[in-house]
Amino acid sequence: MASVSIQNISIRIGDNDIIKNLNLDVVGGEFLVLLGPSGCGKSTLLHSIAGLNEVTDGRIEIEGQDVTWVDPSKRNIGMVFQSYALYPTMTVERNMSFGLRVKGMPANEIERKVQSVAEMLHLTPLLKRKPSQLSGGQRQRVAIGRALVREACVFLFDEPLSNLDAKLRTELRRELKLLHKQLGTTMIYVTHDQVEAMTLANRIVVMRNGCIQQIGAPCEVYEKPENLFVGSFLGAPSMNFVRGNLVTDANSVTFTTAQLSLNLAHYAFRQPPTDGQPITLGIRPEHIRISPQGNLQGIVALIEPMGSHQVVWINYCGNTFASITQQIIEYKLDEHIIFDIDVTKASLFDQVSEQRL
Amino acid sequence: MSYSTTARQNRKLSSPASIGVYVFLISAAAFFVLPLYIMLVTSVKTMEDIQLGNIFALPVSVTLEPWRIAWNSACTGVACEGIRGGFLNSLAIVIPSTILPILLGALNGYALSFWRPRGANVLFAILMIGAFIPVQVMMFPLVRILATLGLFSSLSGIILVHLIFSMPVMTLLFRNYYLAIPQELFMAARMDGGGFLRIFFQLMLPMSVPIIIVAAIIQVTGVWNDYILGLVFAGRDNLPMTVQLNNIINTTTGVRLYNVNMAATIITSLVPLTIYFISGRWFVRGITNGAIKG
Ligand SMILES: Nc1ncnc2c1ncn2[C@@H]1O[C@H](COP(=O)(O)OP(=O)(O)OP(=O)(O)O)[C@@H](O)[C@H]1O
Ligand SMILES: [Mg+2]
Repeated sequence: MASVSIQNISIRIGDNDIIKNLNLDVVGGEFLVLLGPSGCGKSTLLHSIAGLNEVTDGRIEIEGQDVTWVDPSKRNIGMVFQSYALYPTMTVERNMSFGLRVKGMPANEIERKVQSVAEMLHLTPLLKRKPSQLSGGQRQRVAIGRALVREACVFLFDEPLSNLDAKLRTELRRELKLLHKQLGTTMIYVTHDQVEAMTLANRIVVMRNGCIQQIGAPCEVYEKPENLFVGSFLGAPSMNFVRGNLVTDANSVTFTTAQLSLNLAHYAFRQPPTDGQPITLGIRPEHIRISPQGNLQGIVALIEPMGSHQVVWINYCGNTFASITQQIIEYKLDEHIIFDIDVTKASLFDQVSEQRL
Repeated sequence: MSYSTTARQNRKLSSPASIGVYVFLISAAAFFVLPLYIMLVTSVKTMEDIQLGNIFALPVSVTLEPWRIAWNSACTGVACEGIRGGFLNSLAIVIPSTILPILLGALNGYALSFWRPRGANVLFAILMIGAFIPVQVMMFPLVRILATLGLFSSLSGIILVHLIFSMPVMTLLFRNYYLAIPQELFMAARMDGGGFLRIFFQLMLPMSVPIIIVAAIIQVTGVWNDYILGLVFAGRDNLPMTVQLNNIINTTTGVRLYNVNMAATIITSLVPLTIYFISGRWFVRGITNGAIKG
């Protein structure tokens, strides 16, 4: 249950600043998910925690010990790579035992460890096979197994599920969560899949262009996005955004556009709002409620049935809103529809700084 | 289905373009096979037979005597011990001059593409420039250097020379092969605690079989066919087969023994020929492997 502390890390490769002055504290035993779009520096950050690339500036501590310049193998870290990186000429068994053999562990002890991990990951019948004779899911398990036999105190996962099909992904996601529950080890997990992030994480770190945008529990990040980017990155379909202005008077705050006027009496402003401020209102599709009691009328533009729910795209005076509804009513295209917006769940962002108000 | 494929095959065989291709291929084959045929036929003829004059004719009576003479009693200058000694000399040169350059080239390529020491690119560029400098330019300086080291005219001397001249190509070959291997594989081995040599011998070298075979073909044929380096650096006791062959052909006392010359030539070229036949398949596979695997 080791904690990891990243202090003022900067990473520059050539002339590119990949990571800029990043701070992150990972609590011991936590399942932390790094979430961000492709190319934002997630792998780079993970590699530098593992010691696989040099940091230009800053400090990395594991369990309170400065490991910034410690060799990767001495950091007591297990890592699962984005491409699995299994040794192609070795059998599954030798893949898993390679690190232990390097350490010079006695053969019977190696055997015992490999057996127990193989059992846990259902790999026992595959031990004598080469990686090329395994399916994608099996390879992924071997990659996890190879990290696990080392009994490290921190595990790093670099998008381990991204090469798998949807069904296998869901399955292995569950297994990973169970594994974490069973081992209780600190895990840092990189993904650009927000469903994975939401389901696995104790805390999510949202990254963009090498900077952290928000750190928080999944529901916190989802419900109270710190800025426009976080709001739009999480959730499928994405948050609905409407640009407008704030109108304040003595006892009320209203969000107004040419067509829309919403009372923001229940919104928890961080600073007192100023009159006429241009803002962007963000609203999740599940907070656009289709119901006869609503006060807005729009036209059904598109319907996406999802089985358990459906996504209805509503045209309202030139804006298109996505709405998620559990109702099994069959809507028709171009049908008039009554809905309203649950303003209490909305997020407001400054149009210039894009920060949450 | 079967109808359409037969139709397509018919068209393929009969189109003028494909006829042209076949004519070209057959004449190209004839171009290479005909000299081989003449050599083979001549090498089993008696001298009387040869003096009849038709070099295309089949032998009147087959004799293996020229082969025996070529192997162990033809004159290579003063000594008349055939080409056998040269064969053994060439073996003694080729084997270390294949293994060492492959090992060193692989090690270079591995270090350049995975460990990337500072200045690696500059080093590599210099090595590549070396590949374009003609051997003749470096000959004299090398003679002086080896003489100073006391290695001139010795087996280790000629092996060292082959090692030096093979480095650019060997390094390039292995570097490019290793660049196609994902960096993460190397990282995984680093996390497992593998050091420089362990990762090389236990992980990278076993993955390099196709490219090692390509490198071996290049080295064996290159070194075996070498003449000038062997002549200059090997010394009188280690003269390779090619030099001895030249001596046999140029040592004439009276009549030119065409049949013996032909036999000696065939024996000399036997090693590269066998290598090509056995490994042609591997050669092509290895080259495309390195190119496509991403
Ligand atoms: N060796 C390198 N040289 C220069 N730039 C690099 C190098 N490696 C990565 N980068 C750059 O660093 C940035 C971050 O790369 P990184 O691999 O960390 O992204 P990522 O967040 O893991 O993306 P993905 O989700 O696609 O894996 C990218 O913009 C990439 O172009
Ligand atoms: Mg990545």
